[in-house]
Amino acid sequence: MSVVTNTTTIGAIDAPSRRNTELMLLGLAVAIAVFAYVNVGLAIDGKLPAGVFGYTAGITLLAAVAHLVVRKFAKYADPLLLPLAVVLNGIGLVMIWRLDQSKRLIRRAEAAWGSFSPDAPKQMLYSAIGIALFVGVLLLLKDHRILQRYTYISMAVALVLLALPMFFPARNGARIWISLGPINIQPGEFAKIIIAVFFSGYLMVKRDALALASRRFLGLYLPRGRDLGPILVVWAMSILILVFETDLGTSLLFFGMFVIMLYVATERTSWIVFGLLMSAAGAVGVASVSPHVGARVDAWLDPFGCATAACEQVSNSIMSFGAGGTLGTGLGQGNSDLIGFATNSDFILATVGEEFGLAGMMAFLLLYGLIVERGIRTALAARDPFGKLLAIGLSGAFAIQVFVVAGGVMGLIPLTGMTMPFVAAGGSSVIANWALIAILIRISDTARRPAPAPAPSPDAEMTQVVRP
Amino acid sequence: MNKPLRRIAIFCGLLVLALLVRANWLQYVEAEKLNTHDKNRRVLIERYAAERGNIIVDGKPITGSVKTDSADFAYKRTYVNGPMWAPVTGYASQVFGANQLEKLEDGILTGNSDQLFFDRTMAMFTGDKKKGGNVVTTLNGAAQTAAFKGLGSKKGAVAAIDPKTGKILALASTPSYDPGAFAGSATADEKAWATLSSKDNKEKPMLNRALREVYPPGSVFKVVTAAAALEHGKVDDINAKTDTEEPYILPNTRTPMKNMVTGCEDASLKFALQISCNSVFAKLGDEVGKDKMLETVKKFGFNNDELDTPVRAAMSRYNETMDRPGNALSSIGQFDTATTPLQMAMVAAAIANDGKLMKPYMVDQLVAPNLDVISQTKPQEMSRPLSSENAQLVRDMMENVVENGGGRKAALGGGVKVGGKTGTAQHGEKNSKRPYAWFISYAMTDDGSPVAVAVVVEDSGASREDISGGGLAAPIAKDVMKAVLDSRR
Repeated sequence: MSVVTNTTTIGAIDAPSRRNTELMLLGLAVAIAVFAYVNVGLAIDGKLPAGVFGYTAGITLLAAVAHLVVRKFAKYADPLLLPLAVVLNGIGLVMIWRLDQSKRLIRRAEAAWGSFSPDAPKQMLYSAIGIALFVGVLLLLKDHRILQRYTYISMAVALVLLALPMFFPARNGARIWISLGPINIQPGEFAKIIIAVFFSGYLMVKRDALALASRRFLGLYLPRGRDLGPILVVWAMSILILVFETDLGTSLLFFGMFVIMLYVATERTSWIVFGLLMSAAGAVGVASVSPHVGARVDAWLDPFGCATAACEQVSNSIMSFGAGGTLGTGLGQGNSDLIGFATNSDFILATVGEEFGLAGMMAFLLLYGLIVERGIRTALAARDPFGKLLAIGLSGAFAIQVFVVAGGVMGLIPLTGMTMPFVAAGGSSVIANWALIAILIRISDTARRPAPAPAPSPDAEMTQVVRP
Repeated sequence: MNKPLRRIAIFCGLLVLALLVRANWLQYVEAEKLNTHDKNRRVLIERYAAERGNIIVDGKPITGSVKTDSADFAYKRTYVNGPMWAPVTGYASQVFGANQLEKLEDGILTGNSDQLFFDRTMAMFTGDKKKGGNVVTTLNGAAQTAAFKGLGSKKGAVAAIDPKTGKILALASTPSYDPGAFAGSATADEKAWATLSSKDNKEKPMLNRALREVYPPGSVFKVVTAAAALEHGKVDDINAKTDTEEPYILPNTRTPMKNMVTGCEDASLKFALQISCNSVFAKLGDEVGKDKMLETVKKFGFNNDELDTPVRAAMSRYNETMDRPGNALSSIGQFDTATTPLQMAMVAAAIANDGKLMKPYMVDQLVAPNLDVISQTKPQEMSRPLSSENAQLVRDMMENVVENGGGRKAALGGGVKVGGKTGTAQHGEKNSKRPYAWFISYAMTDDGSPVAVAVVVEDSGASREDISGGGLAAPIAKDVMKAVLDSRR
């Protein structure tokens, strides 16, 4: 859409694409990550880390590829989403590399498994796969509304993905992995996106029925049984996940996402009341039955008072934040590795808190907050209900995930064992979240794209030509 | 659908806000509490993250630090001649904590003390590594060596003080331990600690006998009784005959007071001290009375549970609530009387210093990493247990003990006058256990006394006073005094 070529009375001015803003922010994001990398190297060894050029080249290349694809295939996309994801992923890589240097973790790994393999190179690979998926989504998904067609297929796929880990052995108390040879996948991360697609498709069709065909009871609008059915199914499903996979985080995430989407689709507050009641009932019930979840709750209530592994992790994590204080110890100079084996996955935020301090921690949380904010803005701007629902579902899921992980690590809520999007070590998480960002970018591109100009009217063309 | 969307946006904003508030709570409000939490390993990691400052004797460090390959602790404490200096330094272990000087001066040694704030700030700008300051002690290496060697394989303790200033010159305790043996965090360190600190370890190597163990003083306490009698006017002339019957019956009882020697009947105070008559001193203590005895012993430092050198000494006690016979027995260092070697060295020091008791101390200076003196301890007068004239009289008697009595083995000759007193303290049920051999003494030169010593040897194996106190403990005292005198020349 460059120059106005027609001569209608509505003069369309080209909406700014903001691609150059994105480029500039990307440059900043890459610079921050590289600076952090150099900083860690200097703090730990007193010299530039050997991998600095490889890392700089790698992250610059990934950012550049992503940017070029966005520039070409999603011209009007929100300019903030990509740079935010890049800076988080970049800093996450640096933190993982920093923890790879920890003598404590190396010795622990050698004592437990006889060898130590650094996670940073793997994470770099996962990031590359994530960007590839990002590119793939933008190339293949020309319009997010295509996804509507796959509503029920999505549901089936999501259910299969969620059910699969039950057939694989539990790891560290949670059954959330499927192992295929050397590859370990956390299907919950992907299911999050697929289920958002299903909810959007389902709710878009059923929203009127859910919103209007209801009886008033005690000031609440009670939906009809047949409309309530799917909700009860999802509730039951999340409880089942919780029971069989002891995965409190994922069930909370799905349930929260569904309640948000229901509320947005129906505009009825009663759905939120139902949602909260049901999730509270489910959570309390399971917490009192499952010892794994119970231990986590105990660790939350009194992290210094009990001697379980969960307590030790949470208390160490809280002490990490305390050690960071206002300004932090500086990159590479903290002792967050005292937390132990989950330091670079579930608890990576503790390293951020300790080494960046309160100042950096707030900046970090605001980066996540910004991603959510841009997602919701995309939902507001989207013109079709499917796009609105999908965008709010993904952003809401993202927000809940961040809250659940960060809150757990900081001892605000019981620990649930999810990963901090983009930052924590783990392939599934990084790859899935890149896909999530790609879908948001696609929706925002559609939302912000200027309305197509009306076809030129031959009549208007005729009258225009006035020759003396 | 936009109205619920905006509400969801507010909800998400609240989630982020909750996280921000929590971060502020943890990292600002609670930070201090978390950082000093006793489960926080960072405290220990920090303590051994940099080279620790040193404890210095005679200008040379008796401690050190070595780099380790431990993941948590960059440096480990080392000790030069650890067993000999352990009663002074204490230990600083990565796993088992710290005690004595290592603990009390931890702030200076680690460099974390507020007194070093300026140095830390400067180091931040100059980019220097953080370093600990040094603790300069008052100890005398030669005296300490003499004391430690003198005790040898025997169980016992030595405390030596400079009477004029209160500087502690030697502080030895045997059997000792090497604080370096468990300074690290290896399995060997754990084993060493388990063996040393075990309750079943009858040798109690980690007990600082010079400061932290109280012994019945036995006859050496007679010096205190003599001082009290002179101070309270019960005796004017130390050569005059006392009105002491033989056998002397303890007041209000029918129990005769046993003497180990003959010739105590009506003996003069000087002679009674020379041959160590129990009867004379028990009677004298009874005449002085409990209250006045207490007045004097407190001036000497007894019954003070806050004697800090800065390492706190155990309280030496003289019973405050006993009856008359109890007081008479206490006056010859029996019954409930118990004292640390340091306390008896203080007694000898006060007498040698013309009746003026200086507060004992062992930290001379605290020195910043850049060698600036942060604090300098000034000698402090603690009290005046006896007048200058009476101190002179007691010295006459004590020098007589070394010239003619049981303390001959402490004589130094060469123009140096030595005053001393032997003691054999019986203890246990019906005195069944082997007695403690005591010797306290001071050396006197033309310009005052440079050293006062107290020696105690446990399980001496001999029961007669002259043999045990004079035979076992006196030579050690002599060596310590000689070492101090030699190092002054």
